[in-house]
Amino acid sequence: MVKMSGAQALIEALYKEKVEVIFGLPGGAIIPVYDVLRDSKIRHILGRHEQSVAHMADGYARASGKVGVCMATSGPGATNLVTGIANAYMDSAPMVAITGQVPTSLIGKDAFQEVDIIGITTPITKHNYQPRHASEIPNTIKMAFHIASTGRPGPVLIDLPKNVQNDTADMIFPNKVEIRGYKPNKFPHTLQVEKVIKLLTKAEKPIIMAGGGIILSNASLKLQAMAELLLAPVVTTFMGKGSIPENHPLSLGVLGMHGSAEANRLILEADVLLAAGIRFSDRTTGKIEEFCQDTKIIQIDIDPSEIGKNKTVDVPIVGDLNKTLTMLYDSLAKLLEKKEDNLWFKRVRQIREEFKDKIDQGEGLAPPNLLKKLREVLPHNSIITTEVGQNQMWASLYFKVYEPRTFISSGGLGTMGFGFPASIGAKVAKPDVPVLDIAGDGSFMMTSNSLATSISEKIPVIVVILNNSMLGMVAQWQRMFYKRRYSAVELGAYNFEKLAKAFGAQGFRIGSLEEFIKVVKSALKSEVTTVIDVPISPEENVFPMVPAGKGLKDTIYR
Amino acid sequence: MKSRVMTYIISTIVENKPGVLHKASNMFRCRDFNIDSISVGPTEREDLSRMTITIDGDKATVEQLVKQLSKLIDVLKVSVLSPESTVVRELALVKLHVTDAKARSDIINYANVFRSRVVDVASGSITIEVTGSPDKIDAFLTLASTFGIKEIARTGITALVRG
Ligand SMILES: Cc1ncc(C[n+]2csc(CCOP(=O)(O)OP(=O)(O)O)c2C)c(N)n1
Repeated sequence: MVKMSGAQALIEALYKEKVEVIFGLPGGAIIPVYDVLRDSKIRHILGRHEQSVAHMADGYARASGKVGVCMATSGPGATNLVTGIANAYMDSAPMVAITGQVPTSLIGKDAFQEVDIIGITTPITKHNYQPRHASEIPNTIKMAFHIASTGRPGPVLIDLPKNVQNDTADMIFPNKVEIRGYKPNKFPHTLQVEKVIKLLTKAEKPIIMAGGGIILSNASLKLQAMAELLLAPVVTTFMGKGSIPENHPLSLGVLGMHGSAEANRLILEADVLLAAGIRFSDRTTGKIEEFCQDTKIIQIDIDPSEIGKNKTVDVPIVGDLNKTLTMLYDSLAKLLEKKEDNLWFKRVRQIREEFKDKIDQGEGLAPPNLLKKLREVLPHNSIITTEVGQNQMWASLYFKVYEPRTFISSGGLGTMGFGFPASIGAKVAKPDVPVLDIAGDGSFMMTSNSLATSISEKIPVIVVILNNSMLGMVAQWQRMFYKRRYSAVELGAYNFEKLAKAFGAQGFRIGSLEEFIKVVKSALKSEVTTVIDVPISPEENVFPMVPAGKGLKDTIYR
Repeated sequence: MKSRVMTYIISTIVENKPGVLHKASNMFRCRDFNIDSISVGPTEREDLSRMTITIDGDKATVEQLVKQLSKLIDVLKVSVLSPESTVVRELALVKLHVTDAKARSDIINYANVFRSRVVDVASGSITIEVTGSPDKIDAFLTLASTFGIKEIARTGITALVRG
């Protein structure tokens, strides 16, 4: 037992959780913690807006697999975090968010900068805590990290009243956690495993649908082994991009509203679908009633509530994906012989051939072409983050990803402004790897003030803005489905080269593909953040596309 | 494909801590579950509460609700109770108009038949306490409505597995 203040106990507890970095922005109600932080070895990265601070922690978490930590003051600081927390929740990113709160004596009195952040974040956190006594802090932190990082990961918020930070108490730092209402299930049920094996051994046209869960549970290699053993093509959800190398002969790319033509076609021809770590999001399945109607579906997930939530499945298994796939693989390997070729794989190649020239990828600075050429100059392990909109979908379709945790994007919430701060967080996690944000001009404007953080903290990233002077994705919908009646989508043309320079970053405005590649190559060697403004036509559309509410069979190719 | 709508009773053991009811009820709202009734009270253990929820729904909805409830960190145990093996009780307080002496004696008679009790008598009203299954309470209320009901308060059901 040691006597210390709540704030000291917090920092001590964070050390014990091996926290290396906190992304934050201070204020009155969290000053006691900042006062202790000043003397600690934990790096603090000062954001310029709390939303960005949360996205940085999120990007850090996704790139590293560790828990991302963000911190803000009470009231407006806490509410500004909300978008970032919701974003992490939707994409199951492990995060601990710490907020200051007014003293316990003022809670409920509408005190200055008081907000009920516990009430506000209840639906967007895995759990939240408001310790009322300093002595509760060590155990609360231990529980928070445990909950955030195990089972289906997610954000946990800890709201710390100011007096709880200041009060001293005898502190006991537990080595273990015991939360009686939380026992994430890890090992799958053997009976269910047997059922899956039966289905998979009989499958003639198996397909694997891999989601973000594969990446979260570090199960990529097992997934790949499984696909090769079954000779099953793999489609990924948007969140699952990177779970199998996209140059693998069995990789069909991303599925869904803006999915690859092959993926959207072949999934409808499969007889058995192995869905691993996915949640049957409407963006992925299209019209759910039409999705794989006659296919036997196996669903594996660590979160039992995902099973049957959106789609009834034939064989559910609850379990950690890595462990479950290992069990499945080990059993199957004894039963099956590895095939080099079969009718189903021939069909895969045939469909590939059929669609090869169907999609116009443009030339020069047309986004698909630009992204393909960008891929060629980047090392395989480069991390890509994206903003939201056309830029994101182009990146998903045309930027091939070869390793898990190297494609980081806001899938569930679709948060404009996520990519740039997330890229900063990812770079902090992986300082030796190039990190690029593929951006739209609208999204970049939402969090471009993080340039200040990137520069002052010397965290160099590269931002490629596909600048169409439009809220491009909305404009595409208005063009295609609202007779070109543009409403509130014209942003106007801004010069991001100058904006970058104003913050002390490098800025470029690009006129040709050659110039673009040259600038990227030099940016890769540079130690300072580089913003590359690429003017593109406001008329560009993303294809393929499945119109909202339609099924995958209604994919439009151009 | 939709299975038929039935009334389900879901019994849960939760941490007896501030905010737990909010977390549970807010989850129902966010997930678009329509709760029929919910009652919460202490159990034999000081640190645990029992939350009894009734919901009109199909099997799939109830399964999903159970899973979502179980996911809450403060929820320790969730069970769906089968009507045959469950003792179910609800309490209602019913305040009735009393117009004359005959009405008063009729009400008291009926109350006796329903094994309910008079808990308050005033010049123009009489208040009855009824406990029993929700059906029994509904039956009493139908009968009582002929006198004119001033106010009703019902607790929502609470339930325990038999044996
Ligand atoms: C915070 C937020 N507000 C609004 C939207 C709705 N929205 C989706 S895509 C989009 C346009 C994005 O424009 P831009 O960032 O320029 O990217 P582009 O589509 O042009 O590549 C909008 C407004 C959103 N996803 N997030």
